[in-house]
Amino acid sequence: MDVRQKLQILADAAKYDASCASSGGKREPAPPEGLGSVERSGICHSYTPDGRCVSLLKVLLTNFCVYDCQYCVNRISSDTPRARFTPEEVVGLTLDFYRRNYIEGLFLSSGVLKGPDYTMEQMVQVARLLREEHAFHGYIHLKAVPGASPELIAQAGRYADRLSANIELPTEADLKRLAPEKSLAVTGRTMGEIHARLEQAKAERAQSPKAPRFAPAGQSTQMIVGATPSPDAAILDTAHRLYTRFGLKRVYYSAYSPIPRSDVRLPAKSPPLVREHRLYQADWLLRFYGFRVGELAPPEQPDLPLDVDPKLAWALRRRDMFPVDLNRAPRELLLRVPGLGVRTVDRVVRIRRWHAVTLADLVRLKVPLRRARPFIVTADWRPTLLLDTERLVERVRPASQLSLFEASASAHSGEL
Amino acid sequence: MRVSVEPDLASFRTVARGLLALGEPPERVLFEEARARQGSLLAVGAPVTELAPARGPAPAVPRDFLGLAEQVACHRDSGRWALLYRVLWRLTHGERQLLEVDSDVDVHRLRMMERAVRRDAHKMTAFVRFRRVERDGVEHFIAWHRPDHLIVRHVAPFFVRRFPSMRWSILTPDACVHWDLERLSFGDGVSRSEAPEGDALETLWGTYYASIFNPARLNVRAMRAELPKKHWPTLPEARLIPELVRRAPTRTSAMVAPVREVSAATAWLPERRELPALAEAARACQACPLHERATQAVFGEGPVGAALMLVGEQPGDWEDREGRPFVGPAGQLLDEVLGRAGLKRSELYVTNAVKHFGWTPGEGGKRRLHQSPGRAEVLACRGWLEAEVAAVRPRMILALGATAAQAFLGPGFRIHLSRGQVFETPWADGWMATFHPSALLRMPDPRKRAEARIHFEADLRSAAEWLRRLPRAP
Repeated sequence: MDVRQKLQILADAAKYDASCASSGGKREPAPPEGLGSVERSGICHSYTPDGRCVSLLKVLLTNFCVYDCQYCVNRISSDTPRARFTPEEVVGLTLDFYRRNYIEGLFLSSGVLKGPDYTMEQMVQVARLLREEHAFHGYIHLKAVPGASPELIAQAGRYADRLSANIELPTEADLKRLAPEKSLAVTGRTMGEIHARLEQAKAERAQSPKAPRFAPAGQSTQMIVGATPSPDAAILDTAHRLYTRFGLKRVYYSAYSPIPRSDVRLPAKSPPLVREHRLYQADWLLRFYGFRVGELAPPEQPDLPLDVDPKLAWALRRRDMFPVDLNRAPRELLLRVPGLGVRTVDRVVRIRRWHAVTLADLVRLKVPLRRARPFIVTADWRPTLLLDTERLVERVRPASQLSLFEASASAHSGEL
Repeated sequence: MRVSVEPDLASFRTVARGLLALGEPPERVLFEEARARQGSLLAVGAPVTELAPARGPAPAVPRDFLGLAEQVACHRDSGRWALLYRVLWRLTHGERQLLEVDSDVDVHRLRMMERAVRRDAHKMTAFVRFRRVERDGVEHFIAWHRPDHLIVRHVAPFFVRRFPSMRWSILTPDACVHWDLERLSFGDGVSRSEAPEGDALETLWGTYYASIFNPARLNVRAMRAELPKKHWPTLPEARLIPELVRRAPTRTSAMVAPVREVSAATAWLPERRELPALAEAARACQACPLHERATQAVFGEGPVGAALMLVGEQPGDWEDREGRPFVGPAGQLLDEVLGRAGLKRSELYVTNAVKHFGWTPGEGGKRRLHQSPGRAEVLACRGWLEAEVAAVRPRMILALGATAAQAFLGPGFRIHLSRGQVFETPWADGWMATFHPSALLRMPDPRKRAEARIHFEADLRSAAEWLRRLPRAP
C-alpha cells in the first residue's frame, strides 16, 4: 500500500475527532537550519466544506485497535480497511506539507496496538524524529494513550506542544456501556500525570528560564456528545471537574457523528450540532463569565435549551436581576447581560470613564440590541414593561431559525 | 493646504509632525498619496506644500496610537492618512484618552481598518501555498497570493521566522518579497503568470483534504465565511470543494445506517407501476388518517421522462378541491418564476411529498387552515413518491421546502444550510432543495420575503442551467 492510500485511510479515520486547534502555544523560532514556528494565535490553513478548519495534519499512526469502543469506527470488531504508517512516513508527510505552508503542524493519534505503552512509544518516536533530526519547530499535538507509563508521558511532553487524553464519554456508566476497556479512573490517572508534570515544569521555569519545557500549550480532552442519553448537566459537571482538577486548557465537545455499520445501540442520525454548539457556549460561560453549572443547567431542566443561547435562557429565568445599568453596574454583572461578550464589556467599562454610554455607542460596538435591550439601562434608554411581558422570549429569540453558520462563528470566538 | 505622503508610515510621521508644528488643523489639510498624485498632475487646486522638517521633540502620543497607525498604514483606503491625522490632532489637543473610547466615530473607523488589515494579514499567513521548483539544482519555493491590502512588507518577517532554511518568494499584484536564506528583498508586483503552475505534492494534499472532511457535518456557509472565494484560485484544495459538497448527502445517508422503514403506502401500490395506474390507485389510499378529511388524493402531473421533477409539500385548499397540484396562489407564483427561468410547466413533472390535504378548522369553522404534515404522514406517503420517481425517471429533482427535502434525505437535512446546492442522490443525478413558494407568500417581514424571493428565482434558474448543461440521455 502506498503512502497516498494510507493517508486516505488514516485521515478518514481521524475525521471524527474535533479537538484540533493549534492555539495557545509559543515556541522559540527555529534556528537558521530548522523549520517552523508557533506564534501566539494559531492559524487555520484551510477549511473543509463542514466549516471546520484544517490547521494540522491530523492522522492516525494506525487504525488497528485492540479495543472495542462501540462509538469508534476503528474498534476491533469493525470491518473498516486498515493501514499503518511508519514513523518516517508521518515525518516525511509533515515536513513536506509544512514546507508548502499547507499546515501548522502535526496532530497525531493512534489506535491502540498491543498495549498503551507500545502505542505511545511509536507516537513519541515520530515527535522525537521531527524535533531532533529535523529541527522542526512547528506545532505538535500528541494523543496521550490512557494508561501509558509516566516515563513515556514525560517524553511526549518534551516534544509536544499539547497533550490530550480523551475522556470520550461523560460518565462512568456511559463508558461501561460503550467502551468497556476504558474507565474514567485510568484516563484520570493519565491526566493527573500530565498535570503534575505541567506544574513541575512551570515551577522550574520560574526558577530558571532555561529549564526544559513540558507541553507549553497545556492539555485538553474530548468528549462525545449524543451517543448516550446523559444530559447536558452531567456533561458540564464532568467538564467543570476536569478544568479544576487537571487545569485543562480546553474540553472539546464532539457531536456524535454516525459511523458506517455502527452498533444498534447508537443513534443513526445526523450529529446534534446545535447541542454541541450550546455546550461550547455554556463551557465559555463557566470559564470566563463566572457562571456555575447549576445556573445554566438546573436540576429541573438538565438539558440546555436549543432555541436560545444559555446566557439568554438564564436571563429569562432570572428577570429579577435586570435591568442592569451599563453606566453603573460592576463588570461581573455586565458579563451576565445577554448579547454582551467579554470584549464588549471591557470596552463599555473603558468608555464609561469618559462619557455616559448610549445606545449609539452599543450599535458601533456591534451589540445585538434586539437581544440586549430589554435587559439594560443606558443614558438614553430604559426598558419599561418589557421584562414583565409574557412574550419576552419571542422578542429576544433570534429572528430566524438558528443558523449553524452563526453557531460555528460564535463557537470560534465564544462571545455571547 | 495640500501635502504629499509616500504610502508608508515613516513618511506620514514626518509629514504629520510638520503639520502639528505649524498648528495646521485637520480640516485645512488635504492628504495626497505620492503614487496617486502622478496620475493627476493636471488637477486644478492649491500647489503641494513642501513642509520643512519639524524641529524640537515629537509631541507625545499614547503608545497604542503607533501600533494602530502601523496597521492602518497598510490599508488600501487613501482616506486613511487624513483620518490618522485627525485622530492625532484630537489626541494632542485635549483628548488624550480618545483611543479608549472605541465607540467614537473616528476611533471606530480606525479600528475597523485595523481589523481589516489584521484579518488580511492573518489570511496571508494561512493561505499562501508554496510550490517547489528547482533552478540549477537549487530548491526554491514560490507562492502567488492576492491580499486585499498593502501588507507584503508587514507580513514578510513572519515567513522568515517560519521558513528560515528555505529559499522562497511570495508574488502578489502589489509587491513581491524574496528570501535567500540571509536577506529579505522586495520588488514590484507581478501578474499571476510569473508563478509556477503546480507541485507534485498537491495530489497528496488533496487526498488529505478530502479524507479529513466529515460529510455528516456539511456546512458550506461557514466554510465560505472563512475561506472567501477570492482566495480559491490560489488554493489547490479548493478545486475539490464542489465535488465534496455534491456527494456529501449521499455519503451521509450511507453512514447513517440505511434502516429504511417501510412506507405504509406500499400496501396500496398497484401491480403495474405506470403513472396512470398509480394515479388511479392513489385515489383509494388510506395509508394515513389524512384521507378521512381530504376531498380527494392529489396525484402528480406531467410526462414520463420529464427531465425535471418538482416536489412540494402537500396539496392546499385549492388543490384539494380541483384535484390537481399547484393550482392555488403558490402555484401561480411558481408558474411565474418558472417562466422567468425558461422552464415550461407542461414539460415538468409536478407532485407533492404528501398526497392528501391536511387541515384544521379555522375560527368559526368557516375556513380550512393548512396543517403541515408530520414525519408519520411523510413516511406513510413515501411509497407513492418513490413509485413516481421510478416511473418518471427525472434527470433532476427539485424539492420545494423542508418537508419535501426531508422526504428524500431524512430529517437531518437542513434547508437553510444546503439550499441551492446541486447534490448527487440515489434518486437522480441532480437534486436540489429550495424554498416552498407558499413560504414566500407567508413571510411577514417584507425584507426577508424579498430576499427569499431572489434566492428562489436564482435557484430555479440554476436548476434550469444545470439541465441545459447536461449531456443528452443516450
